[in-house]
Amino acid sequence: MSLVGGGGEASLSPAGPTTAPGAASEKALLPTVLLVGNPNVGKTSLFNRLARRNERVGNYPGVTVERRSAELSLPSGRRVLIADVPGAYSLSARSSEEQIALQAVLGWADNPLPALVVVVVDAGQLVRNLYLALQLIELRVPVLIALNMLDEAGDRAPSPVALSQVLGVPCVATNARTGLGAAELLGAIDTRLVTPAHPTLHVNYPGALIRDADTVANALPAGWKSNVERERALALWALSSLDAEDELAGISPELRQRCAQVIAAAGDRDVDREIIESRYQCLEGRLATLGAPQAGQGGRGPSVTERIDRVLLHPAYGFAVFLGIMLVVFQSLFAWADPAMGLIEGAFAGLHALLVEHLPAGFMRDLLTRGLIDGVGNVLVFLPQILLLFLFIGVLEDSGYMARVAYLMDRALRAVGLHGRAFVPMMSGYACAVPAIMATRTMERRRDRLLTMLVVPLMSCSARLPVYTLIIGALFPPSVVFGFVPVQGLLMVSMYLFSTIVALLAAAVLGRTLIRGRSVPLILELPPYRWPGTKSVLTMMWLRARSFLTEAGGVILGFTVLMWLLLSYPKLEVQVSAPGAPLPAGDYVTAQVESQQNEALQLERSFGGRLGKALEPALEPLGFDWKIGVGIVGAFAAREVFVSTMGLVYGLGEVADDELTPLRDRMRAETRADGKPAYTPLVGLSLMVFFALACQCMSTLAVVKRETRSWRWPIFLFGYMTALAWVASFMVYQGGQALGF
Amino acid sequence: MTLEQVAPGVSVVIEKVGGDRPFRRRLMELGMIPGTRVEVLRVAPFGDPLELVARGCNFSIRAAEARQVEVAQVRTERPVPGVALVPGFAKSAP
Repeated sequence: MSLVGGGGEASLSPAGPTTAPGAASEKALLPTVLLVGNPNVGKTSLFNRLARRNERVGNYPGVTVERRSAELSLPSGRRVLIADVPGAYSLSARSSEEQIALQAVLGWADNPLPALVVVVVDAGQLVRNLYLALQLIELRVPVLIALNMLDEAGDRAPSPVALSQVLGVPCVATNARTGLGAAELLGAIDTRLVTPAHPTLHVNYPGALIRDADTVANALPAGWKSNVERERALALWALSSLDAEDELAGISPELRQRCAQVIAAAGDRDVDREIIESRYQCLEGRLATLGAPQAGQGGRGPSVTERIDRVLLHPAYGFAVFLGIMLVVFQSLFAWADPAMGLIEGAFAGLHALLVEHLPAGFMRDLLTRGLIDGVGNVLVFLPQILLLFLFIGVLEDSGYMARVAYLMDRALRAVGLHGRAFVPMMSGYACAVPAIMATRTMERRRDRLLTMLVVPLMSCSARLPVYTLIIGALFPPSVVFGFVPVQGLLMVSMYLFSTIVALLAAAVLGRTLIRGRSVPLILELPPYRWPGTKSVLTMMWLRARSFLTEAGGVILGFTVLMWLLLSYPKLEVQVSAPGAPLPAGDYVTAQVESQQNEALQLERSFGGRLGKALEPALEPLGFDWKIGVGIVGAFAAREVFVSTMGLVYGLGEVADDELTPLRDRMRAETRADGKPAYTPLVGLSLMVFFALACQCMSTLAVVKRETRSWRWPIFLFGYMTALAWVASFMVYQGGQALGF
Repeated sequence: MTLEQVAPGVSVVIEKVGGDRPFRRRLMELGMIPGTRVEVLRVAPFGDPLELVARGCNFSIRAAEARQVEVAQVRTERPVPGVALVPGFAKSAP
């Protein structure tokens, strides 16, 4: 606990709660053009087409929702800032995440006031997509429609000219996939910035609803006052968004009260239905005049998508394919990333050794090698897994399969309060929690992301393997139970099962207590299958990797330096013969043993060693002595460091993962003050349970800090996992002893 | 009849969307307003959620929520195009 307390305090003040980087400062500089649209309409692809360089990734004010923006030049030479607004079906909102769309288009809450809003619509889903455009038109926001995916819509698609006539807003045909129409879109943006077109379209609402809207409009706060049309549109927004259960921020109590009164007075009238139906009638009426009665009726029919889904969503084959795909993703993280990780580790170890050899011994050399170089290595080593996982996520998202994952897994994961999309992060957690936590971004709701983030680190990651291997090999004989089941293998499998069950239970408990969200109806769009765009997948991989390096990398580096200081200082008075320094004359082996014993002594006297000793009273009920305590302190850097720290504690020097025999022998020989063996199988089991549950990983905390933009959740994560680990190990050890083991 | 009781492959017309306000509002905003034609395509392996197609777009909703949507059988097999004020989804006739 004290470890992270120290680390946390040190970094709390500069990091603090982050506020909208960039969003406010852009305000005065360039005209802002927003891209809005329903999910799955190719909005992000279009953004990637337009934003060729100078892309920035920030956050929307006050929420952990990514805001991508980029500067670009229009044909006239005018420069604008284009920003991507998260996909939304409607402006009405219940959560602060959904509120972003309204705030962004109106330039509220520290968002820059947009000069133009480009609504990207799927030509094959015209009516549903124009619903959002209609809401913007009602707000009298300058709107430009990008009619996308005309190729998919075929004959049913209207011409952009006709559409622009019936809606009274400019309209351009684009194809985000091929880039067709991008130049025309930029030209249209240019024109609209010079001569802004203000839409005039009216929706015919029932008289009673208009009276209600006007009653609400009178209660709008001063900052919302505008022209009559916008005020009415805002009143309708408030009527369909505000109620006793919404999670919206910054709404005036007066407005809330007025909405509640109006809804109560409406009695049997269904206000939501009146609003939505009127809008659909308006759109259908307008589109009917296009002479394309089926416009917007989609009718992809027994299309390619349906034929694929007949297999992929089939109760039997569908599930088999699903498991197969997930196995490939998992295998890639677990095994395919390994060579690249080995290469990175090897390169940094080589650099480390080279500098140790050529620089004079001292604080600066150690800071450079054991602090900075090891720290940068600790950051970069995650890159292969992050890139691979986001390659798969990009392909799964872009192809439309990710929505099917949520569909297939909804029933199972909902039982423990997790979102169907939590499956990929949870499974990735078996390889490594760091990319897995980053993968939680595929979920829209903050509550779902947070809950997944807090339980993913309980999944048995690959860094726990060396610890289990060491302990099982040292303390459990390679015997067989029930005639054929090897004890060692059984234990290993049990640890994986144990971690999975605990993670699911933790999700069930946390989801019902601390992170209780209102139950959100699952209405999941299953978009048509499409070929993933190479560019958009690569862009996403690059953005994720970059944000990891720049935002989590610093914290991991800082933790590495801190761990080095903790385990190396204060320095012993005695001369520690450094490796590589000329050995004193005499027997080489004796000198090496001496140097290793010095290292052990140095570690014991270090802050970390003292911390391990100070922790002994707390660890004793778990069956651990102070040496294990030092190992646990060292393992905060990463769980597998436990092995090498134990090697140092026992004066064996650096221990390699594949050379465990001396360390195992030493552990078996270790005795307590009373002469009994320090390591019994029961201690081993208690230790494995501790490692399965404790948050012994600074990188996990760094990445949770990055994703939640606060130190609160990483500190909570560390606290609850450590407490859970302590209690579970206590029960294992004390229970085992009571049973006579 | 509720949407939950509709067998896969059968088309129905929405009569009333009930249930919690967030669900009702979101479903209607996605175009599933009374009068819209909906077909249940299939049910997920664990018996929940179900997959629907409405206005040419595929959605999945949970059984518990589908129970809140009242539907009626389609009277005519093929609606005359352009007549209904709120034309339902017509499976694209070849």
